[in-house]
Amino acid sequence: MEKEEVKKIIVETLKKKKGKTKFYLKDYYKMIPDMKARQVKNIVNEMVKEEILEYWSSGSTTLIGLKGAGKAHATEEGE
Amino acid sequence: MAKHETPMLDQLESGPWPSFVSDIKAEAESRAKNEKGLDYQIPQDCCDDLLGVLELSYKHGRTHWKHGGIVGVFGYGGGVIGRYCDQPEMFPAVAHFHTMRVNQPSGKFYSTKFLGDLLDIWELRGSGLTNMHGSTGDIVFLGTTTPQLEEVFFDLTHKLDTDLGGSGSNLRTPSCCIGQARCEFACYDTQAICHYMTNEYQDELHRPAFPYKFKFKFDGCPNCCVASIARSDISYIGTWRDDIRIDQEAVKAYIGGEIPPNAGAHAGRDWGPFDIHKEVIDICPTGCMRMDGDKLEINTPECTRCMHCINVMPKALRIGNDRGCSILCGAKAPILDGAQMASLLIPFIKVEEPYDELKEKVIEPIWDWWMEEGKNRERLGELIKRQGFQKLLDVTGIKAIPQHVAEPRSNPYIFWKEEEVPGGWKRDINEFRKYHQR
Ligand code: SF4
Ligand code: SF4
Repeated sequence: MEKEEVKKIIVETLKKKKGKTKFYLKDYYKMIPDMKARQVKNIVNEMVKEEILEYWSSGSTTLIGLKGAGKAHATEEGE
Repeated sequence: MAKHETPMLDQLESGPWPSFVSDIKAEAESRAKNEKGLDYQIPQDCCDDLLGVLELSYKHGRTHWKHGGIVGVFGYGGGVIGRYCDQPEMFPAVAHFHTMRVNQPSGKFYSTKFLGDLLDIWELRGSGLTNMHGSTGDIVFLGTTTPQLEEVFFDLTHKLDTDLGGSGSNLRTPSCCIGQARCEFACYDTQAICHYMTNEYQDELHRPAFPYKFKFKFDGCPNCCVASIARSDISYIGTWRDDIRIDQEAVKAYIGGEIPPNAGAHAGRDWGPFDIHKEVIDICPTGCMRMDGDKLEINTPECTRCMHCINVMPKALRIGNDRGCSILCGAKAPILDGAQMASLLIPFIKVEEPYDELKEKVIEPIWDWWMEEGKNRERLGELIKRQGFQKLLDVTGIKAIPQHVAEPRSNPYIFWKEEEVPGGWKRDINEFRKYHQR
């Protein structure tokens, strides 16, 4: 699968999600089931660099979501 | 006059120990005076508001910090932890008060100049408060605002030639004991490998790729000064394969009371004359020591290199010469599951640059497995528990050996597979019946 295509699928899947805006890296693996996890990870990190996605961190774990989606600082995890 | 009344915090200053409350007050005072005439980049009274919000937390019995956030420096997914106060009107100076983790030097070796330079950056651009060091080992900068993050990062990387540490689902800042720099017990160069791994795995350190945190810790010997066996997903503990080197003259000197045991560490009280039987030989955990007349003997194959005898008589006993490290996996603090100590994976491996064997045969296969199979927020130790230690052996291609068994029958995770058994599972029933009646 082409990289650009993967990025498109990720963005579209994220836009379709209701309620939650931030997801574990594992959830991204599930969006592209045919690709090796490591490759998906690299693409996700690239998308952060391109400012399509952004990291959210509690300090102990990391979630990733569309840049600007949801609150910048959730009061509780998953809120 | 303090900005906020803090009766409960004041009480914390009353005991015999140094108090973080006094430290924060000292910094608040120093910022109020501003003798250096700094152009503070975050509110001057942030330390006062920090005391205020902490007092309120004690009063309410609940935290007034929100949980995490989106802050960071460009391209990095770790090193900055967003902290926002949920009472910003009452405590505006700490409304945004993010933590930054800075990669500590290997073995936590500092020059006074470097410490001064760190604080010059932090007094100007942050609260001036630090935590030396966080549990992972990082230098922790406590409290700054979002616009200062890139500035601090620029100064750290360009002026001090250091970097942010790890946080979130990343490889955390590797940490090591002081090792060969000062300690004669060090069985390998902990600082060299710690520095190497930090550079080698920059991507894993800065860009979240894992189900959860992952820690490397390097201890030069089983004394475990950085607690690798309890706190790291892969723990490297220095050890040796040959004999403990014994200086019989020095043994006699210990027995005769000429050299204080434990290098004088317990000299504050009179424990009576040194008794080598009571204090060393009888409490050797494997019972492998004995006196033959006035000669001390150690039965090396039985010795587990626990360090006890060496710690008590460092002038008489020295680590062996054939040195390397043991690798253990899966230690963790309680989160999903209870706390766990690491399990032994490799009893002995030489620790030599470029560490290819370690990387290719141990670290990377373990990561591949964990990234694939680990659940969100599941540490390696929990995955090992869930899928079995045998699975860990499978993914690393390491053969089961007796050292993998804690004690007979307690962790029987090693099962034969069909291909390992001559003839497999199927048997010729007629052949069997020749020997066994129905
Ligand atoms: S772990 Fe061992 S080698 Fe390292 S500093 Fe402690 S005693 Fe020395
Ligand atoms: S290192 Fe520990 S096990 Fe080995 S001889 Fe000394 S006390 Fe005994």
